Amino acid sequence: MMLDVAQKPAAATATSMVTAKTKLVVKDLRFFYGETEALKNVSMPLYDRQVTAIIGPSGCGKSTLLRVFNRMYDLYPEQRAEGEALMDGQNILDPRLDKNLLRARIGMVFQKPTPFPMSIYDNIAFGIRLYHRPSRAEMDDRVETALRGAALWSEVKHKLHASGLSLSGGQQQRLCIARTIAVNPDVILLDEPCSALDPIATAKIEELIDELKNQYTIAIVTHNMQQAARVSDYTAFMYLGELVEFGKTNDVFTGPRDSRTEDYITGRFG
Amino acid sequence: MDIDTQRLSKHTSQRFNAELEDVRNRVLAMGGLVEQQVVDAVNAMVKGDVALAEQVITNDMKVNSMEVAIDEECTQVIARRQPTASDLRLIIAVIKTITDLERMGDQAERVARMAIHLAEQAVSARNNYYDEIRIMGNHVTAMVHDTLDAFARLDVEAALRVPRDDLAADRQYESIMRQQLTFIMEDPRSISHALDVMWAARALERIGDHSRNICEYIIYLVKGKDVRHVSIEEMEQAARAPR
Repeated sequence: MMLDVAQKPAAATATSMVTAKTKLVVKDLRFFYGETEALKNVSMPLYDRQVTAIIGPSGCGKSTLLRVFNRMYDLYPEQRAEGEALMDGQNILDPRLDKNLLRARIGMVFQKPTPFPMSIYDNIAFGIRLYHRPSRAEMDDRVETALRGAALWSEVKHKLHASGLSLSGGQQQRLCIARTIAVNPDVILLDEPCSALDPIATAKIEELIDELKNQYTIAIVTHNMQQAARVSDYTAFMYLGELVEFGKTNDVFTGPRDSRTEDYITGRFG
Repeated sequence: MDIDTQRLSKHTSQRFNAELEDVRNRVLAMGGLVEQQVVDAVNAMVKGDVALAEQVITNDMKVNSMEVAIDEECTQVIARRQPTASDLRLIIAVIKTITDLERMGDQAERVARMAIHLAEQAVSARNNYYDEIRIMGNHVTAMVHDTLDAFARLDVEAALRVPRDDLAADRQYESIMRQQLTFIMEDPRSISHALDVMWAARALERIGDHSRNICEYIIYLVKGKDVRHVSIEEMEQAARAPR
């Protein structure tokens, strides 16, 4: 039952976390930067169409974990992952897997907005063109759908051929989200998406996350604990490369099981 | 995980530590005043001490203003600190506790008012209620004291004893009611007097209930489990079960 996942993670296995539908799961995941072990036997699920927040102090491994989900670490030869990572039962660590297709299914948005140096329209169309050859009308449709999905359409519909770089920070971030959802992903990974944004832009992104989870499975790394409490359904607390606690956000923020989790979220750390 | 008094003040922010410490101290001060009010009200009634009863009535304003002040402080903590986990449960427990303490103060004031009524009546009209009221009063005062002690030490086992003590208080209340009804049946002229005694006993019984409520909040604060509206056995089981 659901409560099982809030027990000590070392005891929980991927197969026991099946009550809510699991989209992606890692089991006994270890990660190395050269000789340094950055993730130590991490086992946790990402539930289907739920938001999972990953919190923890600097250097705890939360961004490292995120980068395993979409094989970003593959870009660097000295980084390697061991263990299991399954999406819909398929091993995503398999070296024979098409990483580009994987990264279309598991999209990522970074802390600093990264619009391409091209028009708003082309920012969205670029990714679609890698996989499809839609007609002009179809492409227009897909660009509009993506921009609507990112709550950006009404603000940019009259200037689709303006540069993506001409938008404000919050708009650029929503453009990056639109770009991600344009290729119909299953999972969206957000790595501190609001750190560079003001409170109003942050609120809009959080509202967007609330809508997006109806269609996509979302994992968000954040330094802002109140944000984790606001947006997520599940929270994972990491420390020194270990998953210390995983549970429903309501439970973690009102009655965490581990004293380290309690100390971190109440400001007793360090 | 359970919290204890050591962990409460270990925030990185010293000011936050001080704010929570201040809230706790104020609750204990309010509790101390309420406990004294109960003692004085019972003494006033048993000894026919009108001056003491009037002092209890006047002091109730202090109890009320403490409730308002602590509520305000809790609101400030929530606004500024967005407390989570045990800090959040502490603030919630405090807000609920001071409501029960204020009601206990009101009940003590009621006992004091009854004490004045009784003292003003002719001796011949009075029946012998002193012993029963004194016994029940001592019992309920001890419950209040034990509750505040449990709150100060965040002691779940101590908090679990109070609901059982409340059962004894309820039985004492029923006994006083039966006794006074007997007096009424024997001599209808004693109705007014007997009613005053019954109101006072009722007020003491309510004080016992409020003590039990506060103990339920203590268990919530320490264990994170809501044990309201369940049997004593279920409460004990929930409070002693590991998380």
